[in-house]
Amino acid sequence: MWASINELRERIHAGSSEEVVCEYLDRIGSSKLNAFVTVAAESAIARAKEIDSGGHDGVLAGIPVAIKDNISTKGIRTTCSSNILTGYVPPYDAHVIERLKAAGAVIIGKTNMDEFAMGTSTETSYYGATKNPWDTDRVPGGSSGGSAAAVAGGEAPLSLGSDTGGSVRCPASFCGVAGLKPTYGVISRYGLISYANSLEQIGPFATSVRDLAAIFDVVSGHDLRDSTSVDRKTNYSSALENDVKGLNIGVPAEYFGEGTDEAVEKSVWNAIHTLEDLGATWTEVKMPHTKYALSAYYIIAMSEASSNLARFDGMRYGIRTEDSNWHTTFSQVRAAGFGEEVKRRILLGTYALSAGYHDKYYLKALKVRTLIKQDFERAFNDVDVLIAPTMPYPAFKLGEKIDDPLSLYLADVDTVPINLAGVPSISIPCGFSDGLPIGMQVIGKHFDEAAILRTAYTFEENTDYHTKRPEGL
Amino acid sequence: MITKEDLEHIGWLSRLELSDEDKEKYSPKLNSILDYFGELNEVDTEGVEPTYHVLPLYNVFREDEVGGTTTSLTQDEALSNAPRKQDGFFKAPRMM
Amino acid sequence: MYENPDGVMIGLEVHVQLNKLKTKIFCGCSTDYHNDPPNSHVCPVCLGLPGSMPVINKKAVEAAIKVGLAFNCTVEERTQFYRKNYFYPDLPKAFQITQYDFPISSNGYVIIEGEDGEHKVRINRAHMEEDPGRLVHEGTIDKSKYTLIDYNRSGMALLEIVSEPDMRSPKEARRYLDKLRNIIEYLDVSDADLEGAMRVDANISIMGGQRAEIKNISSFKGAERAMLFEIVRQKNVLRRGGVVVQETRHFDEAREITLSMRSKEEAHDYRYFPEPDLVPLKISGWAPAIKETLPELPDARRMRFVEQYGITDDHAKSLTGELVWANYYEDVLKSYENEYGEKLDPKFAAAWINDTLKGEMNYRGTSLTFKVGSVTHYAVNKEYTVAIIRFLNLKTITKNNAIYLFRKLLDEPKGGDYYRPVRNSPDSAENYLMLTLEKEGLLKVEGDIVETAAEEAITENPQSVADYRAGKEKALNALVGAVMKKTRGRADARTAREILLEKLG
Ligand SMILES: [Zn+2]
Repeated sequence: MWASINELRERIHAGSSEEVVCEYLDRIGSSKLNAFVTVAAESAIARAKEIDSGGHDGVLAGIPVAIKDNISTKGIRTTCSSNILTGYVPPYDAHVIERLKAAGAVIIGKTNMDEFAMGTSTETSYYGATKNPWDTDRVPGGSSGGSAAAVAGGEAPLSLGSDTGGSVRCPASFCGVAGLKPTYGVISRYGLISYANSLEQIGPFATSVRDLAAIFDVVSGHDLRDSTSVDRKTNYSSALENDVKGLNIGVPAEYFGEGTDEAVEKSVWNAIHTLEDLGATWTEVKMPHTKYALSAYYIIAMSEASSNLARFDGMRYGIRTEDSNWHTTFSQVRAAGFGEEVKRRILLGTYALSAGYHDKYYLKALKVRTLIKQDFERAFNDVDVLIAPTMPYPAFKLGEKIDDPLSLYLADVDTVPINLAGVPSISIPCGFSDGLPIGMQVIGKHFDEAAILRTAYTFEENTDYHTKRPEGL
Repeated sequence: MITKEDLEHIGWLSRLELSDEDKEKYSPKLNSILDYFGELNEVDTEGVEPTYHVLPLYNVFREDEVGGTTTSLTQDEALSNAPRKQDGFFKAPRMM
Repeated sequence: MYENPDGVMIGLEVHVQLNKLKTKIFCGCSTDYHNDPPNSHVCPVCLGLPGSMPVINKKAVEAAIKVGLAFNCTVEERTQFYRKNYFYPDLPKAFQITQYDFPISSNGYVIIEGEDGEHKVRINRAHMEEDPGRLVHEGTIDKSKYTLIDYNRSGMALLEIVSEPDMRSPKEARRYLDKLRNIIEYLDVSDADLEGAMRVDANISIMGGQRAEIKNISSFKGAERAMLFEIVRQKNVLRRGGVVVQETRHFDEAREITLSMRSKEEAHDYRYFPEPDLVPLKISGWAPAIKETLPELPDARRMRFVEQYGITDDHAKSLTGELVWANYYEDVLKSYENEYGEKLDPKFAAAWINDTLKGEMNYRGTSLTFKVGSVTHYAVNKEYTVAIIRFLNLKTITKNNAIYLFRKLLDEPKGGDYYRPVRNSPDSAENYLMLTLEKEGLLKVEGDIVETAAEEAITENPQSVADYRAGKEKALNALVGAVMKKTRGRADARTAREILLEKLG
């Protein structure tokens, strides 16, 4: 297990995709992680056989990929880990799924997540929490916890998640894998079930930056069905050079603030010094509005979510309660279908947009968003990339924060500013604390994924954190 | 501060049936979160434009071509997930 | 000067469906669903499936600019879409993508014929939005045990044209609506004949009081009735010492009354915010080019008809009031000249086309055009009208014959490709018309037959002859009547009169 794309290609070449897919399916079947909500065994095996017989030459031919359960897959149940979407089978594929299929990938299953991607721990799933492969008493991070745990636990070589406020990078950090949140607009969101449209991007997970770039190459690119999708295709794999000479790294002090675990701070600084030894330089940068990013993020995300999630009313798909008059039925379907955290965010978002409060909360948050975006623009006048902790601490215990939503929100302090600014950020492992992985994020300018991939790749090539695997699974 | 009446109103606006128990349960947490959000009042945003779209994108269109960007579903596909349906229609509850 | 005794102020919001586009506003579904089964013109986008995203139809934006310009609006520098959040079973996403701040065009006007001559109605804005689906109830909305939903209509492009409260009577409101329909028709952006193509919400207040908004009016006739009812209702409230409250009222088409909606359902808070999945549009640069392509609009065409053809303003107004009639009129003038190598007197043509043909069709409640699939045909092919007018000019037929022929053409419609006449053949329009008259024995009779009839009339009616000779002019009418009777109406009355005068010396 934990094979790279190249290793898998060799094995498929020597044997078959079917064998590879079945091995992963066995692994998922015997897993305790609860990383998957739906295992698409039948269609995956059928697809593998098809690839085996068809001589498909796509870069991911016959290679299994796990998909977060908020990405629409034609013919495969897609629930967002919510009761309200019980039994929903999309009649269409998301853009990224079309891309993966065209590249020969085999969709192996749908991964667990916080309900509608609202969470930092994958504990709000209707299907129960996913467990961290490094310590099954701990959370895998969220909201794409299933996708990260699947890759970290060797249940899939590659996966896709989505990142609205850190939902790829947080679980990547907690599970010790590489995860990328691209620049807003680089991957089409068509088919991604929206939580907060203006903030989120689909992003991949892999055990190495090389594999991450490979799947990113497949799923990125322009799509006419997403008006916010940009038309500037790049080959990211070719940007992977083991070289950071002359790279100017910015270190924002605000990301090492109060509440940051000492081990995290130390590991990230060690990483910066490693890169310095490899020829990069670093300088401190000021990002004074970072402190307000969390409030601005949550207000915007909740406001958009309150509107995005209004369509779940039991008329066209999903669960339905006993019929009464339509007002009552809608209210009862939604009360029965959504979990507590989702309801909380819908209520707060509705409040933040409502008459009398719109300017105080929603509009104010969008103005603060402008200031945060300007912090990044100013910082990038002087530096090529920023390096900061992904999460202020390693994975916490299951149940530790779930009853205190605000403390859970505070965990996102280092990830949400990136989504507000729309810039790309990659999280890679950079250390361990008591056997738990620590992640650092390399943040880039708009559309400069090449720089952060190259930085991360160089770090990987000169360290071995990414080769560590959890034991006892 | 979200009062009980506020909570009933936003519950109605968002069509979430809330029991009295729910209201008791939600109120304190919603208010502590809102209190936290209050920190934004410290920020001087005089003359600052809101950022609705993070990228400066304009004028993204589709051509007026049938099936151009999206293909229509068959009636069966359209209704395939409907909890209730009748004669090719989605079936919703009564209006009054 | 119109007094407006009740202080009536009416503002109208008209939703025009841009059904002449090939596709819906945000997806590639066809707009040609009117004869198809429910939910057969839907896709993830217009069905609001999770994960789907809207992309704006470029042609819808162009059509919106066209309409804005035709209503003398300013086309804004920058325009944007918003979400209007509310729940309703016909709204698949539980929000409608519409415009709010930065509508595509605003601050226009239109001139209508008011209570006291020309009257200006200001246009507040014209903005783009998506149509919801269609609800079907078993029986009435309040009795039906369930509701059926068809999303074929969902996502159709709509233009909402919002007027200021500048209309002072339901009659003016009706004139405004007719004018609006007329302009839309000329712009070729909507087929008003299709179901749901134009819907009206009316805001009405009297004596400076609060306004009531009446929703759900699906015909212009209904709009006028709803407004008449509402004014009476508000007057009654005031007479009883009450106060008119600001509220939304539902128009019950069957009973022709307006009903208050329950207050809780009315407690809307739409929580508008910019649609994150659609980027802003910068389209002010488009306006000049689109202005170039605007067709001649009704007012301009009416003026041209008066100037160019010398016809009366009444005729010009009536003909240009419906695009098909204005086109038909000019088609006939052109065809006549092509066919016979001489100009047709436009006044003569206007009288026959407007007063006879259009009058007869209005009386019958039929339309000048009909559709086969998506192709529109004239119900009376213009060749027939050209030929009738030609016969009249040559005095081959009488006026009565002409009226008879027009009626016959409407009784047994001679329109469309099947009845397209073939020049200089047995299937020519002329031949058909002549055969029709002949079959009915109505062909205008020759002069000598009239002469014979006149001679007989004189010998058989000595008293009338004597009376006439004694100076009773009216006695001549009895003789003309006798001639007509003898020729079974085929004689031209004027010719008969002339021959009688000649014979009586
Ligand atoms: Zn559609």
